[in-house]
Amino acid sequence: MNLTLKIWRQSGPKDKGAMKTYPIQGVEADMSFLEMMDMLNEQLVGKGEEPVVFDHDCREGICGSCSMYINGEAHGPGRGITTCQLHMRSFNDGDTIYIEPWRAKAFPVIKDLMVDRSSFDRVIAAGGYVSVNTSGNTLDANAIPIPKEDADKAFDAATCIGCGACVATCKNSSAMLFVSAKVSQLALLPQGQVEAADRVLNMVHQMDLEGFGSCTNTGACEVECPKGISLENIARMNREFLTAAVSAD
Amino acid sequence: MKLDARIPEGPIENKWTKHKAEIRLVNPANKRHIDVIVVGTGLAGASAAASMAEMGYNVKAFCFQDSPRRAHSIAAQGGINAAKNYQNDGDSTYRLFYDTIKGGDYRSREANVYRLAEVSASIIDQCVAQGVPFAREYGGLLDNRSFGGVQVSRTFYAKGQTGQQLLLGAYSALERQIAKGKVKMYARHEMLELVVVEGKARGIIARNLITGELERHSAHAVLLCSGGYGNVFFLSTNAMGSNVTAAWRAHKKGALFANPCFTQIHPTCIPVSGELQSKLTLMSESLRNDGRIWVPAKKEDAEAIRQGKLKPTQLTEEQRDYYLERRYPSFGNLVPRDVASRAAKERCDAGLGVNATGEAVYLDFSAAIERYGKTEANIRGLHSASKEEILKLGKDIVEAKYGNLFQMYEKITDDNPYETPMRIYPAVHYTMGGLWVDYNLMTTIPGCFALGEANFSDHGANRLGASALMQGLADGYFVAPYTVGDYLADEILTGTISTDTDAFVQAEKEAQDRIDHLLNNKGSKTVDHFHKRLGKIMWNECGMERSVEGLTKAIADIQALREEFYKEVRVPGKAETVNPELEKALRVADFIELGELMCRDALERNESCGGHFRAEYQTPEGEALRDDENFTFVSAWEYNGDPSSAKLHKEDLNYQFVEVKTRSYK
Amino acid sequence: MSAKSGVFSSSIVRKVWMSLTGLFLCSFLVVHLLGNLTLLRSDAGAAEAFNAYAHFMTTFPLIKITSYLLYFSILFHAVWGIMLEIKNRKARPVAYAYNNPSANSSWASRKMSLLGTIILVFIATHMYHFWAQMHFGTIPLDASGNKDLYTVVMEFFRHPSFGIPATLLYVVSMAALAFHLHHGFQSAFQTLGVNHRKYTPIIEKVGLVFSIAIPLAFAIIPVYIFLT
Repeated sequence: MNLTLKIWRQSGPKDKGAMKTYPIQGVEADMSFLEMMDMLNEQLVGKGEEPVVFDHDCREGICGSCSMYINGEAHGPGRGITTCQLHMRSFNDGDTIYIEPWRAKAFPVIKDLMVDRSSFDRVIAAGGYVSVNTSGNTLDANAIPIPKEDADKAFDAATCIGCGACVATCKNSSAMLFVSAKVSQLALLPQGQVEAADRVLNMVHQMDLEGFGSCTNTGACEVECPKGISLENIARMNREFLTAAVSAD
Repeated sequence: MKLDARIPEGPIENKWTKHKAEIRLVNPANKRHIDVIVVGTGLAGASAAASMAEMGYNVKAFCFQDSPRRAHSIAAQGGINAAKNYQNDGDSTYRLFYDTIKGGDYRSREANVYRLAEVSASIIDQCVAQGVPFAREYGGLLDNRSFGGVQVSRTFYAKGQTGQQLLLGAYSALERQIAKGKVKMYARHEMLELVVVEGKARGIIARNLITGELERHSAHAVLLCSGGYGNVFFLSTNAMGSNVTAAWRAHKKGALFANPCFTQIHPTCIPVSGELQSKLTLMSESLRNDGRIWVPAKKEDAEAIRQGKLKPTQLTEEQRDYYLERRYPSFGNLVPRDVASRAAKERCDAGLGVNATGEAVYLDFSAAIERYGKTEANIRGLHSASKEEILKLGKDIVEAKYGNLFQMYEKITDDNPYETPMRIYPAVHYTMGGLWVDYNLMTTIPGCFALGEANFSDHGANRLGASALMQGLADGYFVAPYTVGDYLADEILTGTISTDTDAFVQAEKEAQDRIDHLLNNKGSKTVDHFHKRLGKIMWNECGMERSVEGLTKAIADIQALREEFYKEVRVPGKAETVNPELEKALRVADFIELGELMCRDALERNESCGGHFRAEYQTPEGEALRDDENFTFVSAWEYNGDPSSAKLHKEDLNYQFVEVKTRSYK
Repeated sequence: MSAKSGVFSSSIVRKVWMSLTGLFLCSFLVVHLLGNLTLLRSDAGAAEAFNAYAHFMTTFPLIKITSYLLYFSILFHAVWGIMLEIKNRKARPVAYAYNNPSANSSWASRKMSLLGTIILVFIATHMYHFWAQMHFGTIPLDASGNKDLYTVVMEFFRHPSFGIPATLLYVVSMAALAFHLHHGFQSAFQTLGVNHRKYTPIIEKVGLVFSIAIPLAFAIIPVYIFLT
């Protein structure tokens, strides 16, 4: 199939950037979206032009690197997938496809479609862990039984891949889904409860410092999240936060 | 050079305990003055960096991804082994040790493997304490599943995302130390050179992938946790960025490279669909718990299927050949990976492959769906359930167990695996070979350590499923933090290491020269063009089956390709900016050298063992034929100017605790 | 500012204020509507009943105190909401060239500030016409000696020249209120941390009914008056 690509090109953080048009021919339905981008880049390199820069790594939907805003949606049309799992069979011959980077103050563009998501790492560093040093002498793994339902819910929250689609999608560039997934995972497990109050206060504080917007419950994040992280996690974080805020001394 | 593995004396059960007790320590006040570099932030790297920082060392961690959480350990699906014996099925440290040695086809070092089995239980404890949400049973205790090559259930898992959950656990421990300032994280940095000063590893040259700047970083020890080199085949289940550069640069600076030809070809991957494909996707080995592997029994049927005239579901049981169950009745579909892969290739080579390329076999869940459906109908008291109802119930159970994998398959192939069998084919997945290390995980360069997939130590010629995660975390959490200390005990008086010395200047210049050469080359072909050609050579001649003729030809082809690469490659853009083509070119340049060494190693090893199958050495039934008398050793290659003149050293493997037998899964 | 000392300026607490004031305003809507429904009565005592209600609402001490809380809530909800909107917009300095938000969220949920602004303008005109009249205007008294607000209302919507635009303004504003409530009602619970597999669907249904019934009932009144 033949397509028209409109791609955001920006040579660096200070460059203003603009959408540029690239026609591409001979795209096959079985190709993944990123393979289509590879094909474009091969052609650009062949012409001596600079290829389009984008983040990608595992290409199986788990590393969270790939991050394209395609036709007005994070990771493009289709649900429960990352950009690398989007296949060209979702498009038709003659389509025009808009490709942009994640847009958020907390995710500044580095180059073209590549953005800086280190704000997510800093939010995790603010408290997204259980403070347990490595030791061969921790409790036996089966010493504390955990109800299967809690373990499953914790797992569901923990499947977040940190891609940032929630932020990209949210009209407020809010990171609540991401932060709440980690807060929830640890709040649901007995191991995480010791530090639960400090964790939620610190992580939310860091989230605010990074310049993410606030949540207005549009629910867009949940729809676009490639891992289907639930809004329940945001409510749980709100609960955890309010309880912690009230009891903090 | 004499290879000394420095294995502690004594009975195997006591070696590690004794070694830990006798190892030299660095006191807490001194640790504050010692710097450690960790390259890579996968399971091995993140766990090592976090643990070393917790102990008090100053750690600098490097990863080429934008965040340490994205290292490719994240993609491991199935699980992690540990000798917990929670299932009361007779598991023990010894049995895990034995299974790993046997699974590795008697080409791994006993003492290292025993230690791995020994610390495996602590890994699970540590991860649960960190909040890793492993799968649990209704009673609230941890659940286990089975993996290939063993007869116990010792695999802990978190749905099909075990690697992700373990890595996020290690990553969170790492972030905690970053917050404390004990780890300085350098994301989007790639190591391009190891700096060796007076015979000791003293630092690295890393390229900042955003600014393009070459940076000098010094330390008292360098831990390479940079993963495997499966991407030498271009198409593999590795991430696009996975590369050998860190390990290869250490090799060129004097670290011996061990068993480079031991590659794991994973039997259950989604088959190659076209020329423009960039990577292959693994379908977890856990699927072999319930899926049955088959091809049509008759060539005509296979032919008809390939042409789309016949559907697999139309074939009766008699018209199908469940070749693994036929050849290996006792392990059936759960034979180890090397055996399953080769058997698939054998059937496809015999003309029985089932997709357009002729390179695919079926992985069929219809029997499991029916079996589970019947059980579920009984549980619900539906004794007169119709076939449709039973299938519906069975599909629900299969979905609960493997839903995410089935969904992934459907997304990629547009086929519904609940209705028609999956098509799978072996693909490069893991590399057992890597930098040679002693019992302390130190390479032949003092101060340079290798952990996880980057070293060669524990899996011999074939790795068992769910053992890679175990090894990465064992090395990072429980081995290196002790053994690196033993080396660092001599470094307490060294003080800060200057980066202005000749060795740093020289190493930086070497990296700069490589970059300049690539960018100034006026070639006409892209980096991927060469990478794909290298991949084809490697896959055809150094893949699932190797031969003298093929390998000899491959070596010549790779040498020619290398020459052409330096003449013809075109790398656009500048050095002082984000330049993915330059990053790829630097990696591919190292792969082209490594590829030749792999072929040489494969040529040198005149036997078949584990993932290394030489056509000349097989039993009449087509099973691998080991030559224990002449090849019970680790090949360790010393760099000597170029891969062709690399010198082979041998570390003899003395089996004192396990009887070396022919590996049989019949 | 540390995490602990900064809790009250955190994004979550800012949202909680919106949620609490919003829910309080919802409760006011119910009280207001109950009184207004007397405007639909066609019997002889309707006027006096409505005027008595209006009198009670403007003079009863407890109600008076509550009304100050109400004025504050309206202003706070509006000003705070605008401030949040500005802050949220700053979180995305460069807009998407092509965006398709309807693929993942409802129109109302994305347009809360627009809807809120319409409602605010409405409240201002509404208060100017009736509340200000009641408090500060000179309105004739009815038979019971209460200010005859009933007649003011009737004349307002039946005014020969601006009766039609006034009625239309009320209907349109109530439509805006309906959308605002549709998202706002359940959103308020989510912000307060109430999200439960069993109860959230109930809250959503109640919210839907609430967001349709209340504005519809309010909107019927001017239409009814205009038509009769």
